[in-house]
Amino acid sequence: MSITIKDVEHVANLARLELSEQEKEQFTGQLNAILKYAEKLNELQTDDVEPTSHVLPVHNVMREDVVRESVSNETALRNAPDEEDGQFKVPAVLE
Amino acid sequence: MALFDLRLQDVHNQLKKKELSVGDLVDASYSRIAATDASIRSFLTLNEEGARAAAAELDGVLASGGEQGLLFGLPAGIKDNIVTEGLLTTCASQFLRNYDPIYNASVMNKLKSAQSVTIGKLNMDEFAMGGSNENSSFYPTRNPWNTEYVPGGSSGGSAASVAAGQVYFSLGSDTGGSIRQPAAYCGIVGLKPTYGLVSRYGLVAFASSLDQIGPLTKNVEDSAYVLQAIAGYDANDSTSANVDIPDYVSALTGDVKGLRIGVPKEYLGQGIDPKVKEAVLAALKQFESLGATWEEVSLPHTEYAVATYYLLASSEASSNLARFDGVRYGVRAENPDNLIDLYRKSRSQGFGPEVKRRIMLGTYALSSGYYDAYYLKAQKVRTLIKQDFDNVFNDFDLIIGPTAPTPAFRIGEQVGDPLTMYLNDICTIPVSLAGIPAISVPCGFADGLPVGLQIIGKAFDERTVLRAAHAFEQHTEHHKQRPQL
Repeated sequence: MSITIKDVEHVANLARLELSEQEKEQFTGQLNAILKYAEKLNELQTDDVEPTSHVLPVHNVMREDVVRESVSNETALRNAPDEEDGQFKVPAVLE
Repeated sequence: MALFDLRLQDVHNQLKKKELSVGDLVDASYSRIAATDASIRSFLTLNEEGARAAAAELDGVLASGGEQGLLFGLPAGIKDNIVTEGLLTTCASQFLRNYDPIYNASVMNKLKSAQSVTIGKLNMDEFAMGGSNENSSFYPTRNPWNTEYVPGGSSGGSAASVAAGQVYFSLGSDTGGSIRQPAAYCGIVGLKPTYGLVSRYGLVAFASSLDQIGPLTKNVEDSAYVLQAIAGYDANDSTSANVDIPDYVSALTGDVKGLRIGVPKEYLGQGIDPKVKEAVLAALKQFESLGATWEEVSLPHTEYAVATYYLLASSEASSNLARFDGVRYGVRAENPDNLIDLYRKSRSQGFGPEVKRRIMLGTYALSSGYYDAYYLKAQKVRTLIKQDFDNVFNDFDLIIGPTAPTPAFRIGEQVGDPLTMYLNDICTIPVSLAGIPAISVPCGFADGLPVGLQIIGKAFDERTVLRAAHAFEQHTEHHKQRPQL
């Protein structure tokens, strides 16, 4: 399967990335090369193989539901690129 | 720097005898940085004021005869993807160039308890994505052995700073080999612990099922001490392993008699530099002379590891990096049209090419219609790779091979060819996929550049890994070589 510039534009949109024309061309070539290499995995028969998403037997971890101190509003906003009235400020979502 | 050539015990003895103060150690560190960092560029941020305050406090402890921690007074460098409260944490990315964390990573709290001194934050490939440190969005770090060459990546700054004697030890993170490969390229010791042994809380996530923090040191004994200080269960990390932590230092007996070593034929086959192979075979002879035995074994799915790794790591990265949106922290693009445009512009301006490439690959692999063909398939092959190791460990105590197929390469040599760059990690990636521990120790030189020997162990059997590495080190001089700067 070959990736086209159109595919790259679609994936960039999903990934919330804005690519220049040069980047689109470059990524098309590079992703094609990497995915062609990845097709090597199809040499392996894996129908009966269980997938490993994690090397340890991970299970959900729950802590006691106790009230404790949280970070202050001021601290939480310390790195905010923009804020107003103690809240993160973003451009309008609705027109 | 002679001071940093001392063993940890010797440093501590000198501190006790008042022949040395923590202030002297910190002065030595900053003097060395001042003398060498213009050519090496290991550091992104220095913590001079904080370090001197910490040194004064620790010298007070020394004067009053107070209790001394495991890493008392030792100057440490920290990879810049480990969050440090009040000290910039950039992940070597323009996106986080102004990020001032509001909390400490669990390993930083552990280092504080062990009473080491944080000297500064170390350069790396942006968001730990890369194998050469050329992907830092600030500047590349250079190899102290030859500044025309890369130090390896992504913990290149962490490795170069130790090799150059700027800090006593450093912390790095390893996702597909990012501690071991730069350790090999810079001629030092790098340990990737078993996944889950060291808390990842406060490590900026790249590929969550693979990332692991570990020490970079000049010798194996120091590696054992640092591991002792940072290992252990952490309730803040849902993937932390709740296991007993053994005494790693007492494992360093020097005795490897009767140890059974498997040597994968795939690690010494095609693509391995003949001089690297020669150094590894000489190391195996050394083990033989110490009473260990070795046999050739096979890890038959090795050739599929790189493809598996890049699909899984990129998929996890595309998910983890979704949080960088320019709203709560990091850089925000100016004059966006709307919220979606804010995300798009901020991310596009903030991320460098390698990060974008991996986000694109991961988003594609996880997208509708391709998930089964790429992501699920890679997870299944991961099972096969893990089974390869399990099969060998049924009959052997350790697996040994090269850390990287070649010594360090020239800066710029592989930048335009990501696939070739990815293949440099062929010997370290399978270990990461299996989640098992491995150490890289110096085992020789090829054309004036260091070569690393990789010693791989069973899950949570760091003691055997360290024991073998230490025994090898006791009978060789490679780790005592220093770059001329």
